[in-house]
This record gives sequence, structure tokens and C-alpha cells, in this order.
Amino acid sequence: MIPSEFDYVLAESVEHAITELASDPEAKLLAGGHSLIPIMKTRMGRPTKLIDVGRLGLAGVSDGGDHLVVGALTRQCDLERDPLTTAHCPIMAHAAGTVGDRQVRHRGTIGGSCAHGDPASDQPTIMRLLDATFVAQGPGGTRQIAAADFFKGFFETDLHHDEILTAIHVPKTGAAGWSYKKFLQRQLDWATVGVAVVVNGSARIAMTNMATTPFRASAAEGAFTSGGAAAASAKADEGADPPSDTWATADFRRHLSRVLTARALEEAGAK
Amino acid sequence: MRPITVTVNGQRHEVEVEPRDLLAYVLREKLGLTGTNIGCDTSSCGACTIHINGESVKSCTVLAVQADGQEVTTIEGLANGAELHPMQKAFTESHALQCGYCTPGMIMAAVSLLKDNPSPSEDEIRHGLEGNLCRCTGYQNIVKAVQAAASGS
Repeated sequence: MIPSEFDYVLAESVEHAITELASDPEAKLLAGGHSLIPIMKTRMGRPTKLIDVGRLGLAGVSDGGDHLVVGALTRQCDLERDPLTTAHCPIMAHAAGTVGDRQVRHRGTIGGSCAHGDPASDQPTIMRLLDATFVAQGPGGTRQIAAADFFKGFFETDLHHDEILTAIHVPKTGAAGWSYKKFLQRQLDWATVGVAVVVNGSARIAMTNMATTPFRASAAEGAFTSGGAAAASAKADEGADPPSDTWATADFRRHLSRVLTARALEEAGAK
Repeated sequence: MRPITVTVNGQRHEVEVEPRDLLAYVLREKLGLTGTNIGCDTSSCGACTIHINGESVKSCTVLAVQADGQEVTTIEGLANGAELHPMQKAFTESHALQCGYCTPGMIMAAVSLLKDNPSPSEDEIRHGLEGNLCRCTGYQNIVKAVQAAASGS
């Protein structure tokens, strides 16, 4: 399968990438390419220009005090074993290790995954769970976007066409218990449903593939505070809007979200 | 067309490619390295697995322009002359193939796995190879081969 024709530009700086984006409304940024290239091969996407940001050096994790500063081009395989990530935000490292397969994780980046806005992807759920902040650079400068505002819809984010995601500030989770449970048909698939939790007295609960954006299960979080894990599980899908597709009906996804919430809370409590 | 320079199996190549040319196609059709198979062509099956800078990747999902200036290793680059790579030997001795279509990708994935984890458990091998599909279901012997290569037997 061969993508349709496009121009290729190797970005020399973030500013260069922004200028190139602004010059073509059909241009797309190319990071690891493991969401974009398959879409282009099936011709569901036909960008006229790819701006390769792969060599801009926006990779790596550093300590920002109460949060980690994660470069947008940090690959999933690097997040999996990064010492800061495993020490301060183990759920992000764990989720990175569940993305696709080893080959995919050698190419795919956290920024690419989040900017793609696929509600079936793992890291967007983790970012929504932890209330991460996205740092975007555009022609007018840099702005910060809360995860709650970043994911706007199905494959849609708050990024403007001429903005580039440069980093993500991910709050440290400290000693909180955590778990990310996925239901998969095959190991390399996207999650049919995923449930991520962080428990530290109260619970945060976010879900993969339960709405058009990463779903924060606030009803379940409230129920946990008053009634514990069983109450949270019973309300897991309240407010969700799961899709029906060839993998699962919406009702089955609702069922899975309740079961996985119970299992994730149990695991997080045990850690 | 755009010129790129890629070192493949230790040999430097200058190739003219279209931006939309996938690395798997350039390796097979421009460099004649047909050991890299294309199976599903959707980054699922792993038949096209090669190494870029020593790490396993699916070459059907990498643009050739992204490999500009990089070190690529294909199945043809593993053996040292007539001496097979230990993983190739282990696949031969464990009868880790039936039709052989997945084998080049499976071997490249397995070599990359052992580089990161030289003594994997059986479970780690199975998970480490989850991006490679064998439709003959020869997984039992593939796992045995990787275990044999890891233990040096």
C-alpha cells in the first residue's frame, strides 16, 4: 500500500516547522509516524505535505519539581524504562509498555499519540487521569493547555493547525497506588476498553475508548469517596458514551468498564 | 525525488526516493534485499521487521526518508559470511519455521529482544514477540529457538 503523493520537509527548528505548517492547510507533522503512516497508506488521510519533526531533539524526560517534563517526541520505549518516569509516574511507564508491540514502541511517541487524539490510545487516558498540561508552540508564542481542554473530540485536539506540541507536564504520582487495566482481543490491538486509576485516599479514574475523548469517570470518583470500590464500579460508565463497533457493542463496553474499574481499584489498593 | 544516504548491513547506499516510498519497498526493490518480507502491510504482522540503529522496527511503516543517515540492518546482514548468526542457527536447530514467511522478521525481532533482555523468561519472549505473527502457528518452536539462542546452546 502506497500513500498518495506529498512534499516532505525535514524541520530544522520548531519555528521552521511552524512556518511550514502555516504555509499549507493540508500539511501534517510527522513524529514517529505510527498513527499517521498507516492512515496515509490506507488513504484515509492524504496530507499534501509532511513536516518531519523527528530530529528536533524534543525527546527526553526531566524533573520539573512536582511534575515531569516529558518531551513530545519521547518514544514509548524510552518512557517504559526511563528512571524518572518509573520512579515518579509509574503508571505512565507501564502504559507506555502496553502500547502496540516492541517495534511500534521503538517509533511511536507520546506527543504523537496525544496530538493524534484517538480515544482508543493509552497515553491520552493517562494524561487525562493525571491532569497533565500540554505545552504548545505557535507563531504567537507558547501556551499551556490542561488535559481536560486538550482532547476536544474524536481525533480532535485543541491544537491549532500552526501549533506544535513540544512538551507535556505530567504531575508526579508519589506513593499513590495505581493500575491500568485493558481488555484486548489480541495483544497488539487498541484497547476495547481501558481503565486507569490512581488511588491516594480518594480515587481518580479515567478510561480509554469509552467516549469520543479520554473519559474521566467523575461519577465513579465521587462514588468511591462515599462508598468505596464497589460503589465506584457500579457507577463506572455513568456519563460515558462508548462506541459500538466490530469489537464490542456499547453495552459490552459499559460492562467492561465496570469490571475493569473494580479490578483496577483492587490492584491499586494492593500496591 | 530526494536523495538519501542509508547504511544497510554496513554498506553505504545513496538512493533517490520519493517521499512516499516506504523503507520496506526501497530495501526490496531499489537495493534488492528481498529477505525482508511484506506481509500485512499494516504494521501488524512483523514480517518486515528490520533494525534501525539496532532497534527493531516495522519497515512497512517507516518512510525511507526517515531512515536518511541511519544504520539499517536486514536479515541479510546478520550472518558473518558463511557463519550464521546464533539466532539463525537456533531457528534452524529448533525447527522454528514451517513456511518461513515470518522467519526473517521473527529473527530480527528476537535479536532485538535479546539485546534489551539477554535472559528473558518464556513469558517475556512471548510478549517480546507479540508484534510478529506466524500463521503456521509455529510459536512453540520459535520460543524454544529464542531460549536456545539466549542460553547459547
